[in-house]
Amino acid sequence: MVDIWSGLAQAFWLVITLDAELVEIALRSLQVTLSALVIASLIALPLAALLAVRRFRLRRTVIALLNALMGLPPVVVGLIVYVFLSRSGPFGVLGLLFTPTAMIIAQVIIIVPLIASVAHQSIRDLWQEYHDLLISMNVTQGQKIRTLLWDSRRALLTASLAGFGRAIGEVGAIMIVGGNIDHATRVLTTAIALETGKGNFALALALGFVLIGLAIAVNLAIHALGQTEREGRW
Amino acid sequence: MQLFPVRLTDARATRRGKTLVGPVDLVLGGQGTTVVIGPNGAGKTTFLRMLHGTARLGSGRIDWHCGTEEARHHQCFVFQQPVMLRRTVLQNLVYPLRLRGVARAEAEARARDWAAKVGLSEMLDRQAPVLSGGERQKLALARAMITAPQLLFLDEPCASLDGRAMREIEEHLQEARAAGMRLILSTHDMGQARRLADEVLFLLHGKVHEHAPAEHFFTHPATAQARAFLNGDIVE
Ligand SMILES: Nc1ncnc2c1ncn2[C@@H]1O[C@H](COP(=O)(O)OP(=O)(O)O)[C@@H](O)[C@H]1O
Ligand SMILES: [Mg+2]
Repeated sequence: MVDIWSGLAQAFWLVITLDAELVEIALRSLQVTLSALVIASLIALPLAALLAVRRFRLRRTVIALLNALMGLPPVVVGLIVYVFLSRSGPFGVLGLLFTPTAMIIAQVIIIVPLIASVAHQSIRDLWQEYHDLLISMNVTQGQKIRTLLWDSRRALLTASLAGFGRAIGEVGAIMIVGGNIDHATRVLTTAIALETGKGNFALALALGFVLIGLAIAVNLAIHALGQTEREGRW
Repeated sequence: MQLFPVRLTDARATRRGKTLVGPVDLVLGGQGTTVVIGPNGAGKTTFLRMLHGTARLGSGRIDWHCGTEEARHHQCFVFQQPVMLRRTVLQNLVYPLRLRGVARAEAEARARDWAAKVGLSEMLDRQAPVLSGGERQKLALARAMITAPQLLFLDEPCASLDGRAMREIEEHLQEARAAGMRLILSTHDMGQARRLADEVLFLLHGKVHEHAPAEHFFTHPATAQARAFLNGDIVE
């Protein structure tokens, strides 16, 4: 219990003094995860829409695969990305191992199935609702997808936020591909793992509280954005 | 652009190999209102969809005067249970215009006009899915008419409405007809059929049992089944 209180106190202290190292680590966490989120959403949302409205031969297989990949252990993802990016691997020449880019790649792979699966379900439900109307209105494939994405945007936001939550709290994969290098690839979760290992529970807890605060802040900020939009014309 | 006459030749709507409607051989002319009547399950909805092109044509052909592709762009369909886009009333009205490339400002102006016409001006910013049944039906009607289609299908447009809402809808339909819009609607309300029909299609067991001018059908139905149906008897 003492650790928790001193962790809270230390977190409070680190935050209000804007501890340079903490700020650096927290910003890197945000940068890596937000980049991964944007890239993953750009892949997952159109994919989800396509899976909902197009009947192609491998559709069921792709959906089953996505659902299966949702449960993929991050450590395994990290390992595979490591093998691909390591010097002797197929993408070794790019020299991406132990860089934030490698961490972004791993996170994208981890959250694309999650975002796509959740988004696919809501778009599919909406498509069932809209089907007769849109077919009757003779919409093009592009108009159809744009309509479905736009009208299910709140559910898509929720899907993306779920992906964000999973990515920012992830430690196994980015530890492997990032290496937790000071001033290069250290982020909140890997720093927590490191401090815990060293027995610095209070500092680890402090970092943990900052991580939670960050996750909540991003969620609230994005919801606030959605709110202002709701009062608008659309 | 001339949609009519439309000729159905041995047309059959099928689903999983089963014939739901047909075979139908029929020519529909270019004027007035066609009312499709018949007991539940007779195939009214399927017949309208088949003509509109959203029910699978299992066999036979439907030949519009201007060709099927072209005809599709000049017709709208109002469903028995209107589909509301999860948007405001205003944006529901704007939607079909934007699909056709009408500029936003112009589309909104026309949407406001139509909202006023059907009495929805007060609720332009309301979310469409929370409207009452009558309001939805009026919105669906306005959303269909806003593109000024040459042909409008309506599937039991007043099935769940009270007298006043029904009268309002019928007034809009009469007005559209007077302006030259071709209407094809189904109903199980014989009063409505009498008020609106120029010609009647009586459907039974998926077949067109009678096709006659309204005054003729209502005074001298040709078949015993039609007579029974008009009397409110159970038709086997
Ligand atoms: N999607 C469908 N699948 C299978 N059968 C259907 C479907 N839609 C309609 N039917 C059948 O086709 C027949 C005609 O239905 P419908 O056109 O809805 O009649 P109505 O509108 O006159 O009540 C009915 O026997 C109905 O059960
Ligand atoms: Mg019906």
